[in-house]
Amino acid sequence: MSNESFFYQALVYLATMVVFVPLAKKLNLGSVLGYLIGGIIIGPALLGLIGQGGQDLMHFAEFGVVMMLFLIGLELEPSLLWKLRAPILGMGGLQVTVTAILIAGLSFSLGMPFNESLILGMILSLSSTAIVLQILTEKGQMGSAAGQSTFSVLLFQDIAVIPMLAIFPLLAPAGTDAVHAESTSLIANQPAWAKTLIVLGAVSALGIGGRFVVKPILHIVARTRLRELFTASALLLVVGIAVLMTLVGLSPALGAFLGGVVLANSEYRHELESDIEPFKGLLLGLFFIGVGASIDFKLVLAEPLLILGLVLGIMLVKFGVLLGLGRLFRLSGEQNLLFAFALPQVGEFAFVLFSFALQSALLPQRIVGLMMAVVAISMALTPLVLLAHEKWIVPNFGCGAKNVEREPDKIDEKNPVIIAGFDHFGTIVGRFLRASGVRSTVLDLDSDRVDLLRRMGLKVYYGDAARMDMLQSAGAMQAKLIVIAMETPEKNLEVVDAVKKHFPHLQMLVRATENADAFDLMNSGVLHIYRETVDTSLRMASDALEMLGHRAYQSQRAARMFRKFDEQSLKGMAAYRDDKQYVNVMKERIDELQKLIQADSYTNLMVRDAGWNKNDAEERN
Amino acid sequence: MAKVLLLFAHPAFERSRIHAALLKAAAGLPDVTLHDLYEVYPDFDVVPGIEQKLLTEHDIIIFQHPFYWYSGPALLKQWVDLVLQHGWAYGHEGVALKGKYLMNVISAGGKEQSYSPEGHHGYPLKQFMLPYEQTATLCNMQYLPPFVVHDSNNLTAQQLSTYAAAYVELLKGLQSGKIDLPQAQQQYYINALVGAPDHSS
Repeated sequence: MSNESFFYQALVYLATMVVFVPLAKKLNLGSVLGYLIGGIIIGPALLGLIGQGGQDLMHFAEFGVVMMLFLIGLELEPSLLWKLRAPILGMGGLQVTVTAILIAGLSFSLGMPFNESLILGMILSLSSTAIVLQILTEKGQMGSAAGQSTFSVLLFQDIAVIPMLAIFPLLAPAGTDAVHAESTSLIANQPAWAKTLIVLGAVSALGIGGRFVVKPILHIVARTRLRELFTASALLLVVGIAVLMTLVGLSPALGAFLGGVVLANSEYRHELESDIEPFKGLLLGLFFIGVGASIDFKLVLAEPLLILGLVLGIMLVKFGVLLGLGRLFRLSGEQNLLFAFALPQVGEFAFVLFSFALQSALLPQRIVGLMMAVVAISMALTPLVLLAHEKWIVPNFGCGAKNVEREPDKIDEKNPVIIAGFDHFGTIVGRFLRASGVRSTVLDLDSDRVDLLRRMGLKVYYGDAARMDMLQSAGAMQAKLIVIAMETPEKNLEVVDAVKKHFPHLQMLVRATENADAFDLMNSGVLHIYRETVDTSLRMASDALEMLGHRAYQSQRAARMFRKFDEQSLKGMAAYRDDKQYVNVMKERIDELQKLIQADSYTNLMVRDAGWNKNDAEERN
Repeated sequence: MAKVLLLFAHPAFERSRIHAALLKAAAGLPDVTLHDLYEVYPDFDVVPGIEQKLLTEHDIIIFQHPFYWYSGPALLKQWVDLVLQHGWAYGHEGVALKGKYLMNVISAGGKEQSYSPEGHHGYPLKQFMLPYEQTATLCNMQYLPPFVVHDSNNLTAQQLSTYAAAYVELLKGLQSGKIDLPQAQQQYYINALVGAPDHSS
C-alpha cells in the first residue's frame, strides 16, 4: 500500500467516523449504527469510495475485535462473575443453547447441511452488547430486574464466543481444508482432534505465561514511569498474543480474551484498560465501517423478501426464547417484556464469527453474504423495536397500564411533593420526608420496585415522569414540589422539560451526577441542583481530616465552606461556559478541572478562616 | 473526692496557647472529666440525655472557655439552652443539679484594668458573669468566683506555666476540700486562693 493511498484511505475512514457517528448519536441510534451506516454509504453500494467491500481493511480492523475481547477479559473479575453466576449460567447459558438449537433445527429442516446449521445457530444466538447496554443505560433501566438479566445474558454470550471459535474447526466438513491465509500455521495439517488438543494446550500456556512472564515485565515497565512505554507494552501484549495464537492456528480474539482474564486481577488492570481503550474504539469503529461496506446490497435488492423474512424469523425465534426464559426465571410481566424486546437482534460478534467461518470455508459465501445483511438490519432495528416497546407496549400492558386505566383521576390525596425516580437516591429523600410527616407521591420506572413499594402501602405509580399524563395522574396540578431523581442525567433533563412545559408552578429539585449535568440543568433554568456525591465526599474528606487529628469543628466548618465555594465557582464556570455544545468532552472536562483548581483559592481554607482570629485584638486565647 | 466535670468550649482550639497549656496540666488529673464540646458536637447538635447523665455524675461543673464578647462561645450557649431543661434543671421538679457547684475558667485578651468604669470595657469582669451566676442560682447550684487569665496575648511562657500550675492546684483543692468553698465564694477572683496572679494589684 503506497503512502498516498494509505493516507487517502485514512482520510475516508476517519471522515466517515466524524460525520456519521455524531449524526447517529443525535438520532438516538447509537454509535454502532453510525459506523454501519457510514460504511454502507461509502461502500461499493453507494459512493464506492472503498472497493472490494473493504476486504483489505477488514484484516486490520478485526484487530479492534481482538482488543475488545482483551478488554472484556480484563473486566471479568472473578468476584463479579461469582456474584452473577446464577443469572449468567442459567439465563445466559439457556438463552444461547436453546436459541442455537432452535435456529439450527430450523435451518436443518430447510435443507442446510448439519454442520452449517449448527454454526449458524450458534452465531445467531448472540446479541449486541454494544447497542443494548447503551440503550438501556440511556433509558435508566440498567438497575431494574430486566436490565440485570440482560447484562447477565450479554456477558455469557461474550464469553461463549470463545468456545465457539474453538469448536468451529471441529465442524469443518470432512475433506475441505480450511483456506487459512496462515499457511505458516504450525497445525494447518493436523487432524481435528489434534487441533482441539493444541487449543487447550495453548490456552493453559497463556494462563501460565500471563502470570509468570507478563506481570514481571509490566512491573519493570511501570517502574520506568514513562506513560508511552506502558502504552507500547500494552499494545505489544495484545499484538504478541494475537501473533502467537495465529502461529498455532488459533483465533487471536480467543487468545486476547484469555490474556485479559489472566490479568483481570492484576494491579495493572486499570492502566491496561485505559491505554487500550482508545485504540479499541477506533479499530472497532473501523471494523463496523468495514462491515457496513461489505453488506452485499446487490443481494439485498435481489432478494428483499428473503432477507426481510430471515430478519423477522430470527428475531421472532429469539424473542420467543427470551420470553420463555424470563418466565422461567420469574421476571414479572413487564420486566420480562422489556428483557425480550431488548435482546432479539444479532450481535456484532456475529460479523467476526461469520468472517471467520467464511475464511475457514465452514459456510458458503452466499449464506455469509445474506447473513451479514440480516445481522446488520436486525441491529439497526433494535432502537426502533425498543422505541415501539416504550410507546405502545408499556402503556397497554403491565402495571403502567393498570394505573392509567384503574385510577386515572381517583387521586384522593393531594400530596405536596412528587418524587420522580426512587432508586437509592430518591428513596432517602422520600424516607426523610415521610419521617418528617410530609407525604409524597412517587413515580418510578422499575416495575418490580413499584410492586414492592405498593405492597408496603406507599402510593407509587409505575411510569415515566417525563410524560405529561403520568405527572397529571400523580397530582402535579396540586403539588408544590417535584424531586427529580431519575437514574440518568438524560432522563432528569426530560422530566425537567416536561415539568417546565406543563406544570410551571412546580418547584423542581433535581439530581445531577456531575458538574456537566449541573451545567445542563442550569441552562434549563433549574435553580435547585444536587450533585450526587458532593456532600458525601466532603463528609468523607472532613472525617479524614479529623482522623489526622484536626479538630472536628474546624474540619466540618471547612467542609461546609468548601461546598459553598465550590457551588459559587460552579455558577461562575457556568457563566464562562460556551453556549455551543463542545464536541470534545474530554477537553471540556480538563478545562473544567483547571478552572476549578484555579478557583481553589480556598486551598488553605482552614488557615485563612478568619473566625476567632483578630490577630491584633484581644483574641487568640 | 469531689468529681469535676470540665466543660471545655473553644471553636479554634488549634490556635489556642492559653487553654492548651491549662488543659495539658489539668486533663490527666484523677476524677476530672474533660468534655470537649466543640470536638463532641461540631454540628451543634447537643444531645441533652448524654449531657444530663454527665452532670448527674459530677459535683463541680466548670465552664472553661475564652471570654468572647462578654460571654462564652456560641456552642456553650447552645449547650445551656438544650441541656438545662425545665423540670430537670430548674422549676418545681427540676432538682437534678441541687447542691452542685458551678464556676467559669476564662481567658481574656484585655488587662484587668480595662474591665473597670474608667477602662475600655466599662464594667468589672465579675459583673459580666451575672448570667452564669443566675443560671447557677436558678438551677439550685452554688456559683464560685471565676478563675481568670487576663492579658492572654502577652503572657510569657513563664507566666503561663504559673497559671497552669495554679489551675492544677485549684482543681485538686476543690476536690479534696482543702479549699473552703463558702470562703471561696467571698473572693473576687478565685485566683487569690491558689497563688495565681489575681490582677487586683
